[in-house]
Amino acid sequence: MLQIVVFSTLNGVLYGMLLFMLASGLTLVFSMMGVLNFAHASFYMLGAYLGFEISRHLGFWSGFIIAPLCVGGIGALVERFGLRQLHRLGHVSELLFTFGLAFVIEEVVQMIWGKLPVDYNVPPSLDFVAFRLFDTTYPAYRMFMLLTAVTMFAVLLIVLTRTRIGLIIQAALTHPDMVAMLGHNVPRLFMVVFGAGSALAGLAGVIAGPALVTQPSMAALLGPILFVVIVVGGLGSLTGAFVASLIIGLVQTFAVALNISFSELFGPIAPPLFGDLWQVTIAQVAPVIPYLLLVTVLIFRPTGLIGKRET
Amino acid sequence: MNFRIVGIALGVSFFVFPAFADDTTKIGYIDPLSGGGASIGEVGLKTFQYLADELNANGGLNGKKVEIVGLDNKTNPQESLIQAQKAADQGIRIITQGNGSSVAAALSDWVTKYNDRNPGKEMIYFNYAAVDPVLTNDKCSYWHFRWDANSDIKMAALTNFMKDRPNIKKIYLINQDYSFGQAVRTQARAMLKAKRPDIEIVGDEVHPLLKITDFSPYIAKIKASGADSVITGNWGQDIALLLKAAGDAGLQTDWYTYYAGGAGGPTAIKQTALSHRVFQISEGVPNSATEAAQIWEAAFRAKEGVSLFYPRAVNEMRMLAKAASQAKSDDPKAIAPQLEGMTIEAFDGGEATMRKDDHQFFQDMYISSFGPLDPGAKFDEEGTGWGWKLVGAVKANDTILPTTCKMERP
Repeated sequence: MLQIVVFSTLNGVLYGMLLFMLASGLTLVFSMMGVLNFAHASFYMLGAYLGFEISRHLGFWSGFIIAPLCVGGIGALVERFGLRQLHRLGHVSELLFTFGLAFVIEEVVQMIWGKLPVDYNVPPSLDFVAFRLFDTTYPAYRMFMLLTAVTMFAVLLIVLTRTRIGLIIQAALTHPDMVAMLGHNVPRLFMVVFGAGSALAGLAGVIAGPALVTQPSMAALLGPILFVVIVVGGLGSLTGAFVASLIIGLVQTFAVALNISFSELFGPIAPPLFGDLWQVTIAQVAPVIPYLLLVTVLIFRPTGLIGKRET
Repeated sequence: MNFRIVGIALGVSFFVFPAFADDTTKIGYIDPLSGGGASIGEVGLKTFQYLADELNANGGLNGKKVEIVGLDNKTNPQESLIQAQKAADQGIRIITQGNGSSVAAALSDWVTKYNDRNPGKEMIYFNYAAVDPVLTNDKCSYWHFRWDANSDIKMAALTNFMKDRPNIKKIYLINQDYSFGQAVRTQARAMLKAKRPDIEIVGDEVHPLLKITDFSPYIAKIKASGADSVITGNWGQDIALLLKAAGDAGLQTDWYTYYAGGAGGPTAIKQTALSHRVFQISEGVPNSATEAAQIWEAAFRAKEGVSLFYPRAVNEMRMLAKAASQAKSDDPKAIAPQLEGMTIEAFDGGEATMRKDDHQFFQDMYISSFGPLDPGAKFDEEGTGWGWKLVGAVKANDTILPTTCKMERP
């Protein structure tokens, strides 16, 4: 039992942190521009593919540095020449734009790298066993992923709360007009934030690519969960996104580990309705739980766990 | 979604243009070419295209060229029906599909209804890999033919093999949560109970089909259960990623699988260093195949860059050619009666028959294990230097199971 708890916690935190790397950018962009970026998970995929392509020629570590920068650059360009032009037409056009962009990116990726998963492997320098516990090994690469995610979180926190640019960003979240009056270039700020958010997603892609699977459907697999994270955490709240990422990461991993069925869970109080439904185990409904959480949160706490504004 | 509509409109306008050339027979290949099943869908498409080329080089179907039309169904039953309709609209009358019994059930049902409503335009459905037993039992159709051994046949052979392995004490079942995965786990439980009542089943898991990218939580559970062997019917990325996660966690168990040889599987096994501890049931093992099959396999690998994962596809196309030449027609209505009860020499040797009662193909089945190549063995997989080694065989006659099919013939 202890074994399952330990490894589920590790796996859950890792998955949660990965989600957070994506959700942080998404939630920041949302709070600034009021736009839910449907293409955000596509930047994650782009990161993985660029990381793969660069690692083929220059090695993993070059990919680790260059790919997120490239994705950030692409993100900035998308903001500058796409979203900014559409801004005056209102949120619906922006939303549709990002929606379309997600499809475009997926198709482009398929055109360049094909529909099959690419062979993006863990670098040899990280391909060893980090530690052994209860006779189960834990790969070093996963520890590296965890470390990267935690470092990124710390850096993000420091930048946003302790630096000048962070303060301006925070101010622009709520009072963009006032920030502009004070002489700051708000559109450029938007571009920087969008670019940085994309770069973070790209970084998540680079490190997740070898551990999960680098394939054209990876964006579509992660996208919906991402929206759950930022809604549950509260749209626009970074802390909320962090908490929600970890909750969802842990809930999903632990749900898989639980073998009890609903009838065992509720025992004799289970009404004799719905027949077989009570025999379903928690593990089987694990994939639905995040969405259940989404619906529940929207009903009972529309602002999300920590967020301030109504969704 | 507008994009998709425009796409379909464009696609349709393209197809309307070329008049249906009378000198080609088109076969609609409805399988995943994107999404989680794409890795094996793509291999299947290559295989069928290679087989079509081979057929064309030998004169085609009664002089008509065979063309494979790839139709992406994203492993989704609804999408498959749209693609089947698209195929019908293009004048395609032979369709083939393999990945996903949920898809197969939908297609079989659709084809049957379509044929009722469109006499004179009948379509025929060749199933090369969907193995849910129900397709040749309660839900059998006259227009459906299956070349793969169904799940019950495979499980019977696997459990017969496991019966004589005393080191198996605790078994974990992990399968995909849909009709086929359910069939595997029910049969595994029933057959193990009958053949090895002493074996304890320490886990019985189903997980979402082709959605999981990280199996670590499941592996942690298997590990904690203390299982020494795992039975799984997983295919596509679900088997490759499962084995990969097992390797990462250093899980040391034996694996009894249906499809460990699929794309990505061999690489993962090699990484896990589980030498000759992963078993697979299939209708052919290249390293112990007949000489003709080995020559064929070598040529196939040289041209397509993948191994022949579907020897049954070869049987399917050869029988189609034979049926068409006997019927002197490529009309499904003429082909179907020819296929019923047809006996051929299977690709991997041995006599094999398409049973008339339920359209299930019966062929020799082989169990093989994966590990470093023996001296003299020619074929490794995915460049790993490891290959499949024959460890057990079941004659076609010994695989025959009764059917509950009450075939409705037109």
